[in-house]
Amino acid sequence: MTTTTTKPTELEDVPAATATDKRRVQRKELWRNRGLLLPAVIFLILLTQIPFLTTIGFSLTKWNLLYPNDRAFAGFDNYTSALTSGDLWPSIVATVLITAFSVVLALLFGLLFAMLLDRKFRGRALARTLMITPFLIMPAAAALIWKYSMFDTNIGMLNWLFRTLHLPVVSWSTEHPMMTVVIVLTWQFTPFMMLILLAGLQGQDKGILEAAQVDGAGAWRTFTWITLPHLRMYIEIGVLLGSVIILQVFDPIAILTKGTGGTKTLAYLLYERAFIGLDVGQAAAYGVVTVILTIIVATIALKSVFKVFMAGGSR
Amino acid sequence: MNSSNRSARGALVTLATWILVLVFFFPVLWMFLNGFKPESLASSVNPTFFFKPVTEGYQLAMDRGMAGYLQNSLTAAVTSTIISVLLAIPAAYALSIRRVKNVENSLSFFISTRFMPLAAIVLPLFMIFKTVGLLDNIYVLAIVYGAMNLPVTVWMMRSFLLEVPFEIIEAARVDGAGMFREIVRIVLPLVLPGVAAAALISFIFAWNEYFLALLLTSSAARTTPPFLGSFVDGRGQFLAVLSAAATIAALPVIIAGWVAQKQLVRGLSMGAIK
Repeated sequence: MTTTTTKPTELEDVPAATATDKRRVQRKELWRNRGLLLPAVIFLILLTQIPFLTTIGFSLTKWNLLYPNDRAFAGFDNYTSALTSGDLWPSIVATVLITAFSVVLALLFGLLFAMLLDRKFRGRALARTLMITPFLIMPAAAALIWKYSMFDTNIGMLNWLFRTLHLPVVSWSTEHPMMTVVIVLTWQFTPFMMLILLAGLQGQDKGILEAAQVDGAGAWRTFTWITLPHLRMYIEIGVLLGSVIILQVFDPIAILTKGTGGTKTLAYLLYERAFIGLDVGQAAAYGVVTVILTIIVATIALKSVFKVFMAGGSR
Repeated sequence: MNSSNRSARGALVTLATWILVLVFFFPVLWMFLNGFKPESLASSVNPTFFFKPVTEGYQLAMDRGMAGYLQNSLTAAVTSTIISVLLAIPAAYALSIRRVKNVENSLSFFISTRFMPLAAIVLPLFMIFKTVGLLDNIYVLAIVYGAMNLPVTVWMMRSFLLEVPFEIIEAARVDGAGMFREIVRIVLPLVLPGVAAAALISFIFAWNEYFLALLLTSSAARTTPPFLGSFVDGRGQFLAVLSAAATIAALPVIIAGWVAQKQLVRGLSMGAIK
């Protein structure tokens, strides 16, 4: 077995009279165990792997549903035209920027709230319960509530606040489309980061913190030298999962900006190309690019972001 | 002096915490309040904080046929949860207690499918379902959700199964319990909270999903998120009815999440954080 087993494998426990007998029993066991795994694997291959391979196939095809008979192998035409038509690059930029801003802001707010809610105080359980609600709320509902009851130029609360403070009214989704989307995403994902970081803080050795205090380390030094390095793994998990989810973001775009003003993410672009433009081949190419981007971001998210974030803290 | 200073600072931090939490929670509270206002008050330029609650918004939401969309959402979420839990239990079992070869490979297979963007698989699914006439079918949507949630469910179940003391399973085996009995009678009761948590996470993701629902359904099988999304094209004043509809739509998951708060982190981190 190649794995580092923490528990004895039951294969060793199988009693057998002879060596060949033992091997036969082992093989039977192995197949029975595989049988437990296979339904899930086959189900996923059918519904995710095969469709993905088919998407790659589509992306190499000239195929517009408006001209169903004009369907032919196109090589990389869909990719080159995606690049030259000027749709793809802005969309990649929009996707990466929205993801990066939202993840970093959610992480910072999440860290703040995690530190505040890790303290013992009256009503802490209620405060935590209220705090996780934005993450639980249906994303479509959250985007709509923000669009009308917060951002709206007439009835939105943000603009009511601005008017009260004698500031100019802001038309959020047209003047600051990117910020609008990022605000809603940050609001939704702050609890996500907070929950993960809270779990990290609770696993922190309180004795070390007290020792640091006795040694005269201030709150800030204790935080940067002890707490942050301890949280590193949790920050990594939060950033990785958050990035991978937000890279696919569709709901707030569809509801808040409809892809205007530099917010047309890849998921929204694909939706527009395929279901409004009816260009299957082109849309499939966007789908493939989304996967490539996800792989790249997931790989470098772990490396680059933390070097900046952890500088001075670890070691 | 020093200690009274410290407690004063503590009180201040607590106060700041509450203010921040309430600011953060405000949009949810505002949604809840607006749902109980008459339309003229909800859509007014100057906000009203104290008013006599009415259920007009809720009635209007129901008049728009919301019950049917909720019914579809419930069917999709429950069916997909059953599918993913039923497939995940044996798989997680094979990846924790009954060992198969290459556990790491299988686990990374599951995690990579979790990270697969829906955008990368939706076109072929749409085309196939369209060809065989299965678009706008709530059970087809449920099956796709089942696949979407299966990786998370497997990872989460595995993290719970790894905590079952091996002695218990060994004892069952000595008693001659077959594999099926071993799973159903011995192991499952021990990890029931884990099964419940995995089911809740799976339910939450399916209930809230918008992209696939928008593309794979149109009328008969339409779920709540695309129904809410259609408010964007609305005219006139509709904040009260929208807030009421959003409150109903969000409530099941909010309650589920509040109840399962402790297990939420584990589900979100795919079992990596306990």
